[in-house]
Amino acid sequence: MQSAAVVLAMSIIVFLGLHVVGDPIYLLIDPQADQAEIERTIRRLGLDQPIYIQYFNFIGNALTGNLGTSFVHGTSALKLIVDRMPATLEIAIAATLMSIFIGIPLGLYAGLKPDGFISKSIMATSILGFSLPTFWVGIMMIMVFAVMLGWLPSTGRGPTATFLGITSSLFTIDGLRHIAMPALNLALLKISLVIRLTRAGTREAIHQDYIKFGRAKGISTSRIVGVHLLKNIMIPVVTVLGLEFGNLVAFSVVTETIFAWPGMGKLLIDSIQSLDRPVIVAYLIIIVLLFVIINLVVDILYSILDPRVRIGEKSA
Amino acid sequence: MSVTDAGAVSAIVRRPAAQTPFQRFVADYTESRLATIAFILLIATMVLALIAPWIVPQNPYDLAQVDIMDSRLKPGTPASSGKYTHWLGTDGAGRDLVSAMLYGLRISLAVGVMSGLIAMALGAAIGLVAAYVGGRTESLIMRIVDLQLSFPAILVALMLIAILGKGVDKIIIALVTVQWAYYARTVRGSALVESRKEYVEAARCLGLSNARILFGHILPNCLPPLIVVVTVQTAHAISLEATLSFLGVGLPQTEPSLGLLISNGFQYMLSGEYWISFFPGLVLLMTIVVINLVGDQLRDVLNPRLSK
Repeated sequence: MQSAAVVLAMSIIVFLGLHVVGDPIYLLIDPQADQAEIERTIRRLGLDQPIYIQYFNFIGNALTGNLGTSFVHGTSALKLIVDRMPATLEIAIAATLMSIFIGIPLGLYAGLKPDGFISKSIMATSILGFSLPTFWVGIMMIMVFAVMLGWLPSTGRGPTATFLGITSSLFTIDGLRHIAMPALNLALLKISLVIRLTRAGTREAIHQDYIKFGRAKGISTSRIVGVHLLKNIMIPVVTVLGLEFGNLVAFSVVTETIFAWPGMGKLLIDSIQSLDRPVIVAYLIIIVLLFVIINLVVDILYSILDPRVRIGEKSA
Repeated sequence: MSVTDAGAVSAIVRRPAAQTPFQRFVADYTESRLATIAFILLIATMVLALIAPWIVPQNPYDLAQVDIMDSRLKPGTPASSGKYTHWLGTDGAGRDLVSAMLYGLRISLAVGVMSGLIAMALGAAIGLVAAYVGGRTESLIMRIVDLQLSFPAILVALMLIAILGKGVDKIIIALVTVQWAYYARTVRGSALVESRKEYVEAARCLGLSNARILFGHILPNCLPPLIVVVTVQTAHAISLEATLSFLGVGLPQTEPSLGLLISNGFQYMLSGEYWISFFPGLVLLMTIVVINLVGDQLRDVLNPRLSK
């Protein structure tokens, strides 16, 4: 209920706010056009109605899945965004996977051997990962891997292939080459985060009784770490990564702009530049919805993963 | 004999008396050599940014001084006028990169610090009031804070920019909106602890006004955590402003911050002219890292739980 109120409030703020900015009409039509032409365009786009009528039209349409028509592209704003969504989700999922498969092993190592030289380098790098501005790292990656070494393509999305009904560039070799740099760029911050979480979790868990008991029982170190330790560390890591997924989608705006990745974020920036109001409003509403849904799913997942949360609620 | 005795005695007596809280703070801070270097670098950066107009070889935004024929020169090439050398090269418009960077640093720092201070004043006042008034007002304010913090900063900023449009004032509004919630939460937390202490009760018994108790007595005691948040948030603000400017939705071209310089250089990146983006990025990175290092050390020094 509260989530619905948030979405509604956001739609009003965004919609009203956009009307203060300026008249998109002058950007869209030929400066040579006469008054009659301007009038006709205004009427066609519904810009001659009072603002609250425009808003109610918008809400009425939104509930039926119509978020307005793009001024620039002339097609449905919702369709424009939904068309671009797979590209953004693809890069966000790739980045999440990277942060799990790079972050957890490094964090485990740093937690198990906290005083080693390698561990200290890992931690120092992770601090750097927090401070480096994402967009600058992206530019430097292009410079090194695309311009100097020529290993990876610098821009665009590779060819897509369909596998199990999902069309994605993750299933072609060239697609993977295209996604490697943007995904790593997006994942950098999360990798640092996962390293820190895993390390802290490991250092805490290593002194717990169940680890000592496992050792006493003669279980091999790799089994203790791989099964018993990892299981307990995963809870906070999964929660944080879940919450951060929305963050990744939002931050993909930056990465998509650098690597010319045809996703929602790039669409938003282009729309802001051309004052394409319906697309901006539609994007913001979709992203708010996405956030509300992600928070809900993470809450549910959390209670499945951590039985203590459920027990606490039942007794309360 | 008696002289050395007196000396020894006075040395023993003097030592504890000589340590004012400020001296103790300085001693604690300088324990970490890295943090000390970071602090010196931070001061140097700020001084450089302040005196930039008097030390750079050219005013990069005075068209009379910029020669378009000098555009995209490699680092170390002498200027066509022969008066100075472009140690870090020139950008696409023929501006000397050292000069453009120092001017950019000025703008980046100014925007970051100004938005940080405004957000602090606003956030601290809201947080204090929330903690002091309590009840429904407090829960409403904190609900708004939680709500805002659940959205990523870049998204909130982009949303505001989409609504407000470009410009220095708009960027500052966006940065303040993104940041105030952190200050409000921090101040509320420490003000809640402080307001239960005896000195507040004593002040109330003396019949002091609410405003005086809040701003004269509680606020100064909330300062240590606030200072830490200020440093970290200022670094965030600088980074966020650079990101927005890079995306082309931040500062206008007439106010070229470091982010804009990087953005302008990006188009030459693919032809191998790396320096236009690389050096401003390095300066940006250094500024952010240095501020973060200072903030980290301040957190360790000012945290009463960590000190013995």
